Amino acid sequence: MSRPRLTREQIAARAALELPDGAYVNLGWGIPNLVAAYVPSGVLVIFHSENGILGMGPRAKPGQEDFDLVDAMKVPVTLTSGAAFFSQVDAHVMTRGGHLDVCILGGMQVSEKGDLANWKIPTAKGAGNIGGAMDIAVGAKRLIVTMEHTAKDGSPKIVNACTYPLTAIECVNTIITDLAVIDVAPEGLVLREVAPGFSPEDVQALTEAKLHFARAVPTMEIAPR
Amino acid sequence: MTQLVENTGMRQILIDTFCTSAGAARSAGIEPLDFWPPQDRLPHLAGAFQPLMRKDKVYSSVDEAVADIPDGATIMFGGFGGAGFPNNLIQGLARRGVRNLAVISNNCGTGEGELGILFKNRQIRRVIAAFPGPGARYFHEQFDAGELELELVPQGILCERMRAYGAGIPAFFSPVGVGTEVARGKEERVIRGKRYILEQALGADYAMIRAHRADTMGNLVYRKAARNFNPVMATAAGTTIVEVEEIVPAGSLDPETIVTPSVFVDRIVQAKGIRVV
Repeated sequence: MSRPRLTREQIAARAALELPDGAYVNLGWGIPNLVAAYVPSGVLVIFHSENGILGMGPRAKPGQEDFDLVDAMKVPVTLTSGAAFFSQVDAHVMTRGGHLDVCILGGMQVSEKGDLANWKIPTAKGAGNIGGAMDIAVGAKRLIVTMEHTAKDGSPKIVNACTYPLTAIECVNTIITDLAVIDVAPEGLVLREVAPGFSPEDVQALTEAKLHFARAVPTMEIAPR
Repeated sequence: MTQLVENTGMRQILIDTFCTSAGAARSAGIEPLDFWPPQDRLPHLAGAFQPLMRKDKVYSSVDEAVADIPDGATIMFGGFGGAGFPNNLIQGLARRGVRNLAVISNNCGTGEGELGILFKNRQIRRVIAAFPGPGARYFHEQFDAGELELELVPQGILCERMRAYGAGIPAFFSPVGVGTEVARGKEERVIRGKRYILEQALGADYAMIRAHRADTMGNLVYRKAARNFNPVMATAAGTTIVEVEEIVPAGSLDPETIVTPSVFVDRIVQAKGIRVV
């Protein structure tokens, strides 16, 4: 199967379409971080940064950086109108307490039940970094995971049960990959959309967990790369 | 050592921790005062009225502010994402050379910056952190060599455990980490149909924090995202030491804008911020 899959930017662009107007949103590292650039015009989204910012804007321009105004990744950022600062306690009152409408995290594995593993590769050396991911995963009103559909070695990342250290159990609502949009529903994983050029059967072949799908599954609408 | 006696009308207060005994007051030429109220008159408040033990909180140097910190101390350090780290106090600890420290901080340094210098000097034996971080070179070397004890804590739980300690709550049930390796060894309970694990309050001997501005009483205001863990750590330590860009007279900060009230602050030292690249 050598058909081109979605790029990371296209995954982010598709994920941005899931953000409702007025939503308070936290974006994780990697692909999720790219989502901010693709929020459709006319949609107002307020970004939360777990180091204590609500109303985080784009990166600061060179020469205009303020190193007391950084995101959780140390990148100097800007503020949008109506922004607020607060302590770490309040930052996670917002995450864990269920006050954020949508959170988007990266994933290493997602299980059929919506368990997420995204903080440590079991074979990797080192301590691992939990950061805010566990609080965010548990508390998000709606959790979207964006990731490549398969690992670098081709093995499926959407699995029956996660083998990597878990971030949280039964927390994921929607998975958006370079091949598909999949919802975690009471009956299991439901294939909502497929990438252009791929059939539901193609996607199932690259997914360990069983996918439920109708005869005709819509194709993802994505901007040309 | 100045001896000051104030008569507030309500009660007379002997101010100065270096002079709390009647004998010391007398030898300084000051008549000792009866502390108000006599405890036998209000037995239900026995012990509630202690002489105000106020000492000048402003220290003249970073080294003086950390001069009594012993080997083996447990210390919290504010800061997140490069902002709000008490880098001057950390370097003071490095100069002082205390060892066997147990440290509590979101991150574990960037090269020699932030907590990095204390790891490089091998002054730390135990770590509680949420995100050691990719730049924490000396931490990672020592962790991989099995030389450090580490407790990895979800970030929101790290600060909530401090909040609980500061608020006098010994432990609390939390949904974070249920079913993960974070739950290992912790009591689990189902409350209203949902699974929770029991998390313990977290305090320290010292908190070292950074704020933007302090008044001489110890009221603190912060700057932008440099606030992060600093306010909660101030509530959760036996002694809270703050480094600030500027110290202003008491009364000159707008009470509406104060984030950390002075009751949580013990020592204040002025030190220009150090940015770690």
